[in-house]
Amino acid sequence: MHEASAATAPGRGGRDLAISVRDLVVGFGDTLVVRGLDLDVYRGEVLGFVGGSGTGKSVLTRTILGLERKRSGRIEVFGEDLDKASAADHARIERRMGVMFQQGALFSNLTVKQNIQVPMREHLRLSPRFADELAMLKLALVGLDLDAADKLPAQLSGGMIKRAALARALALDPELVFLDEPTSGLDPIGAADFDELIATLQKTLGLTVFMVTHDLDSIYAICDRVAALAEGKVIAAGPISTLLASDHPWVHAYFHGTRARRFQDVQ
Amino acid sequence: MEIPDGPTFKSSRSRDAITFELAGRWTIGASAALEDGARAVFAEASKVRRAVLDLGAVAALDTAGAWLIDKTRRELAAAGVEARLERVRPEYGILLEEAHYRQFEAPSGKRRLYAAVLLADIGESVVSFGKDVLAGVSFLGEVVASLLGTIIAPLRFRAISLVFHIEQIGFRSVPIIGLINFLVGCIVAQQGIFQLQRFGASTFAVDLIGILVLRELGVLLTSIMIAGRSGSAVTAEIGSMKMREEIDALKVMGLRPVEVLIVPRILALVISLPLLTFIADMAALFGGLLVAWGYGGINPAAFMARLQSAIGENTFLVGIIKAPFMALVIGIIASMEGLAVAGSAESLGRRVTASVVKSIFMVIVLDGFFAVFFAGIRY
Ligand SMILES: Nc1ncnc2c1ncn2[C@@H]1O[C@H](COP(=O)(O)OP(=O)(O)O)[C@@H](O)[C@H]1O
Ligand SMILES: [Mg+2]
Repeated sequence: MHEASAATAPGRGGRDLAISVRDLVVGFGDTLVVRGLDLDVYRGEVLGFVGGSGTGKSVLTRTILGLERKRSGRIEVFGEDLDKASAADHARIERRMGVMFQQGALFSNLTVKQNIQVPMREHLRLSPRFADELAMLKLALVGLDLDAADKLPAQLSGGMIKRAALARALALDPELVFLDEPTSGLDPIGAADFDELIATLQKTLGLTVFMVTHDLDSIYAICDRVAALAEGKVIAAGPISTLLASDHPWVHAYFHGTRARRFQDVQ
Repeated sequence: MEIPDGPTFKSSRSRDAITFELAGRWTIGASAALEDGARAVFAEASKVRRAVLDLGAVAALDTAGAWLIDKTRRELAAAGVEARLERVRPEYGILLEEAHYRQFEAPSGKRRLYAAVLLADIGESVVSFGKDVLAGVSFLGEVVASLLGTIIAPLRFRAISLVFHIEQIGFRSVPIIGLINFLVGCIVAQQGIFQLQRFGASTFAVDLIGILVLRELGVLLTSIMIAGRSGSAVTAEIGSMKMREEIDALKVMGLRPVEVLIVPRILALVISLPLLTFIADMAALFGGLLVAWGYGGINPAAFMARLQSAIGENTFLVGIIKAPFMALVIGIIASMEGLAVAGSAESLGRRVTASVVKSIFMVIVLDGFFAVFFAGIRY
């Protein structure tokens, strides 16, 4: 959504912060998954979030969304401290965020169109006709065949489920979108399409995108900045050049491994 | 970012033209106000020849707002009004382009007569029941063929699997089957004595308990319990394997799912159910004995004597003979439903429910056939 004026939480360099996490600690039982993590996401950027499997990328995402309890630390979304926000504030903030879960999380007993309309029905009063038109528009935006509208999630392929999940995440025209491994499980062409789609949406809708990913292609294609997670902390964050220069072993292995080599020529 | 002002517009008119100065937030958050705003613009503009939509003062725009503005413009054009957008910021321009108005064909809502739908549904369910029975018989054939195969080549027989399933299905059901039948025995005895007392025939309650429990209740209750407890488990196990392509993995490795997964389970059911029925019979008779003693004043020795004269070997056998057939029906239905699971988890849930309902139904139908059969041969 484009704002003529939005002055909240200026970050470094005068850019607005969409998310700011400080000293975050999250754990299960006596293992700490996130240990004193700091992270900034600026408005209007695509942040790629990388890290090995099981390092806590999903846990961090879920904690920011309020789905997981934190032990300590501070999370601000759109400049508002989530601990201090009232229930009404929470609801208001949540309406400005869209989430695409790793497995899509489409409601299996609803058609794709009904899935997209769930948040609309819950939060808005729209005429049925307009709600239908908006749902179809969202389908068109994410590049899904309109025939898919009346299908159940079980009747969709993996790539279609990802697109439908994105359409649902965009239902309320959020300003901030969380994507958990959006291109995993897609074929390279499908993944490239998806990257392009996210880039287009980000440009046209002015989205802020928080994208958990393993996909080097996505990172090089659409991310403005990248943050790397290891040992429960963000060990490097910045434009890709910053991460390429990092000497942390994992980051180095990730950006200089065999799979990353083909990107070196591009740089 | 609060939502201070919804979508608003000011119109200024000059002879045959009208200028709308749109202001405020044309976003989906405005909900119904957004549609109302667009409708009002259309209503006012459709009366003139030329309309200008000035977006210079729009504070925020999203796909929903862009869609409605573009839709209004196009509908005005269709109504013969020359409509134009002015002072469109570049980012709004992209948005208006991406979310441009287009006609989505209305979903074809084919409506049929309710009575016709109802009749068609009944017809369909009868046909599908017939198909189920046919499929069940052919599946039974497959199981029997598989079983004979293992008799010819005993090495292929999966003894460990069989023992495991006998433990799961048979041994672990003993407490609940025993308890339920004990309670039912108590209830039948109490009611029998209470009702027959009025005729001074309370000792006949023992006949009642003996015949009812041994011929019908023991095997019926056990079968129903096992259909609910183990039939559902079989469907869920096989169904989740089907869902995750494990069955296909077995097939491509040259193993036969019926032989590996289904024969051991069905065999375990066929072996367990008669044994459980025996336990059920004993538990129910024991419950009856206790109640007859405590409530009806019939001491255990008298109870046993009466029982001996009331029942014969055949009374007991009628119940036990039915058990393996019940087991077969439960096993076949449970396995078939498991194999019918497709893709989704919710299909698994539906199949488990269907498995239990169909098995219980078939168990009772089969019991009816047996009642007729045994009456026919006077056994
Ligand atoms: N609900 C939970 N209970 C216990 N441990 C969990 C839970 N959720 C995640 N974890 C652990 O947290 C770690 C991070 O998981 P996750 O964030 O899903 O990894 P990834 O970075 O691959 O998304 C893993 O070691 C996982 O075992
Ligand atoms: Mg994850």
